[in-house]
Amino acid sequence: MSDVPILLEMRSITKEFPGVKALSDVNLVVRAGEIHAICGENGAGKSTLMKVLSGVYPHGTYDGKIIYQGSESKFSDIRASENAGIVIIHQELALIPGMSIAENIFLGNEPRKRGAIDWKAANRMALDLMARVGLEEDPDTLIKDIGVGKQQLVEIAKAFAKDVKLLILDEPTAALNEADSKHLLDLLRGFRSRGITSIMISHKLNEIEAIADQITILRDGRTVETLDVKADGVDEDRIVRGMVGRELSSRFPDHTPKIGDVFFEVRNWNVRHPISAERQVCKNESFVVRRGEIVGFAGLMGAGRTELAMSVFGRSYGVYESGTIIKDGKEIVLKSVADAIDNGLAYVSEDRKAIGLNLLDDIKTSTVAAKLSKISHHGVLNEVEEYQAAEAYRKELRTKAPTVDESVSKLSGGNQQKVVLAKWMFTDPDLLILDEPTRGIDVGAKYEIYGIIQRLADQGKGVVVISSELPELIGLCDRIYTVFEGAITGEIARADATPENLMKQMTSTKKMATR
Amino acid sequence: MSRLKDLQKNLFGGTTSNARQFGMIFTLVAIVVLFQILTDGLTLRSDNLIALFQQNSYILILAIGMLMVIVAGHIDLSVGSVAAFAGILVAKSMTEWDLPWPAAIVFGLAIGAAIGAWQGFWVAYIGVPAFIVTLAGMLLFRGGNQFIGNAQSIPVPEGFREIGSGFLPEFGPNTGYNNATLLLGLAAALAVVWREIQARKTRRAMDADPAPMWISVLRMAIMVGVIAFAALRFASGRVGTSFPISGIILLVLVIAYSFYTRNTAGGRHIYAVGGNSRAAELSGVKLKRVNFFVMMNMSVLAALAGMIFVARSAASGPQDGNGWELDAIAAVFIGGAAVAGGIGTISGSIVGGLVMAVLNNGLQLMGVGTDRVQIIKGLVLLLAVAIDVYNKSQGRFSIIGSLMRPFRREDSAPPASPPDAEREPAKAAVSG
Repeated sequence: MSDVPILLEMRSITKEFPGVKALSDVNLVVRAGEIHAICGENGAGKSTLMKVLSGVYPHGTYDGKIIYQGSESKFSDIRASENAGIVIIHQELALIPGMSIAENIFLGNEPRKRGAIDWKAANRMALDLMARVGLEEDPDTLIKDIGVGKQQLVEIAKAFAKDVKLLILDEPTAALNEADSKHLLDLLRGFRSRGITSIMISHKLNEIEAIADQITILRDGRTVETLDVKADGVDEDRIVRGMVGRELSSRFPDHTPKIGDVFFEVRNWNVRHPISAERQVCKNESFVVRRGEIVGFAGLMGAGRTELAMSVFGRSYGVYESGTIIKDGKEIVLKSVADAIDNGLAYVSEDRKAIGLNLLDDIKTSTVAAKLSKISHHGVLNEVEEYQAAEAYRKELRTKAPTVDESVSKLSGGNQQKVVLAKWMFTDPDLLILDEPTRGIDVGAKYEIYGIIQRLADQGKGVVVISSELPELIGLCDRIYTVFEGAITGEIARADATPENLMKQMTSTKKMATR
Repeated sequence: MSRLKDLQKNLFGGTTSNARQFGMIFTLVAIVVLFQILTDGLTLRSDNLIALFQQNSYILILAIGMLMVIVAGHIDLSVGSVAAFAGILVAKSMTEWDLPWPAAIVFGLAIGAAIGAWQGFWVAYIGVPAFIVTLAGMLLFRGGNQFIGNAQSIPVPEGFREIGSGFLPEFGPNTGYNNATLLLGLAAALAVVWREIQARKTRRAMDADPAPMWISVLRMAIMVGVIAFAALRFASGRVGTSFPISGIILLVLVIAYSFYTRNTAGGRHIYAVGGNSRAAELSGVKLKRVNFFVMMNMSVLAALAGMIFVARSAASGPQDGNGWELDAIAAVFIGGAAVAGGIGTISGSIVGGLVMAVLNNGLQLMGVGTDRVQIIKGLVLLLAVAIDVYNKSQGRFSIIGSLMRPFRREDSAPPASPPDAEREPAKAAVSG
């Protein structure tokens, strides 16, 4: 392949955010007319790299060089990169639902005749572009009236309208069903035969193996390697090894689990998406939790772990379809968050700033917020008890704050997380569901939070940990379920849990034999 | 100059929200003093104070409900129309259906509850923005008032007028003052002392050192002094006048709702919903119920305000309550509530309402025409909210508290004490 001209070269790209080095010294070489896949765990830096390339992070905010079509490019914004023929299609589609296909294709790029939009020309050109992506629809059809798969095609047609030379697709098949995914992959192959270069970011390793020519693997913001699929004989296992190939050091407190009997069970849980009812986000999922046990849920972004947790937690996500929850041998029906809290469930959300905390509150108000009844008598709050409760948790969890009157918005991520944990510990739960409990937290605070989680388990509570960091799950959990596309695909005991093992189950459509 | 800040902190409690209230109270006092000088002492004369309270009690009652609506993240534009609608029905119930006036008051509150349930239903259970629901309500109930009253005024009987124009009764020995008002003042003074003692107890229970004794005493002395001054003023008006009944109603409502919003779970939930509705929902707060309640409560208070106004003007008319919603909303925002919800206090809103009232009254006493009064009031409102918005972009949340900032900065040019936490932009801690 080395005789094929290089279309794009990103040379030792380094991008820093305050306190975090998102990319360090990343190199990427893309040859003309190939399909180049970029792989890596969540947070490995894939999206950041694409944002650097497309000008979202303009020239000057990163170090390194972008050499495109033989000369150095300094994109100041997205428009500049699009003018050069680099078009990125994001996971969340940027279409306007209430406008037609043609209007969307030419949005911001409308063909004009004497100042007014020339709709005749627009429709004619739209039909031509739609034919190129294999979309058979009336260009006047509204976006909201066509499925996600076809919307994806509209996005690509939109890219062609801009005369694309390098097409970047971020998780293009994440929201698509199998038939639509297949159509899209065929389309990419067709583009390749016509000389259009594509970069594809995907978690679906089987698709990458099937379609990519070259694979660049990122890990912790660095380039690990670039593989040539045919020459190196790459398969899924080889990609996984590159993605997770880091050693586990002792980043976890020593812990001997004291595991009791099963006390919490979810059976045949089915939930639909809140808006598009045809999408099933939980597909017949079943799991159990024992007292004193830390149970992990592994899966890629969008696998439906948060959706599962929140739908169990008082149906706070999606549309409940069927399934039962059994706690201490009795079936319980949790129709609201209040029901869930009363039945001893707690859910610590993955996004503590958006939905976990009221950032206007101080520490003590936040600590008691989920169970005000515990500090009130005949409906009247007792300030002293509130203070004492908050102070006790501040000491126990060693939250760094001068007093519990401090506003939570002024705390660091780790200390905010401790306040959220305190808030849910205050409700005396039997089962704690922790969604990405260490996201955005530094290593020291992580260690402390692991300790808190282990202590909670030792008190006889069941703890469910959802995490995108495999080493965290392997280091912390007594048992791990893997989730893929809304279904539980595996159950792995601590002894058998390896990153390769998990990654394989997390990326395969092969379902675990139910029952 | 850190001594001054200590004093300020200790006088008004330690927390930043109390420091903000200090700013608002300071502004109110400054405006009162300003007009007292500009009007050659007319502002603080007994008859003027009494009139000030009577003329503004209904706006302040609306401000209580509006504060809760705004804290929950909504708005209510219909309060003036709802007040007028309830007013005309109550007037009609007494003159045409011969309802005794106490029953008519209950009837009026029930009308408010029914209207509130109607508006709350659309806001909480259907999800129509409160702005739209109450804009519709504004038209609906204004039209309703004119339809029922045939666009005519309907007079109300003598007994009913008491709630709007009545005063505390005269009794006991002739002291030259209204004895009931003096007793009320005494009760208020005792309440202030009792609260101070309770606050010291609470501070001690929280393992925090209570403020030095002399500061407690000073704080009580100032409060008792203000109460004594006000009581003597109200008690020494023209014979037959004293502290107005509508003022008593307002006082009771302020105390009750302050307690509710600060010290009960229900009150906490309103702030939680306004601060982050999704987080509140995931903490077990019943979102719909809270939204329904604040909208319904607002309409009940609007009906009450309407009745007091009708009682004061002795008749219910087609133009009653025009523009009240704007006065109430202005009071709440000047009083430090955040436009986005989640922040604000009853007492702040009352002070905000009083700032507007004194401004209005003082300008009128000076002979400034209503045209210019409106211009000035508009500018004051804009300025107050502009400062709020500006502060939010700086990570702070105070309105009139920050009017103080120029003064404070002069005062504390060399930062003797560690910088006030309030001034640190919240952005600094967002990392991680």
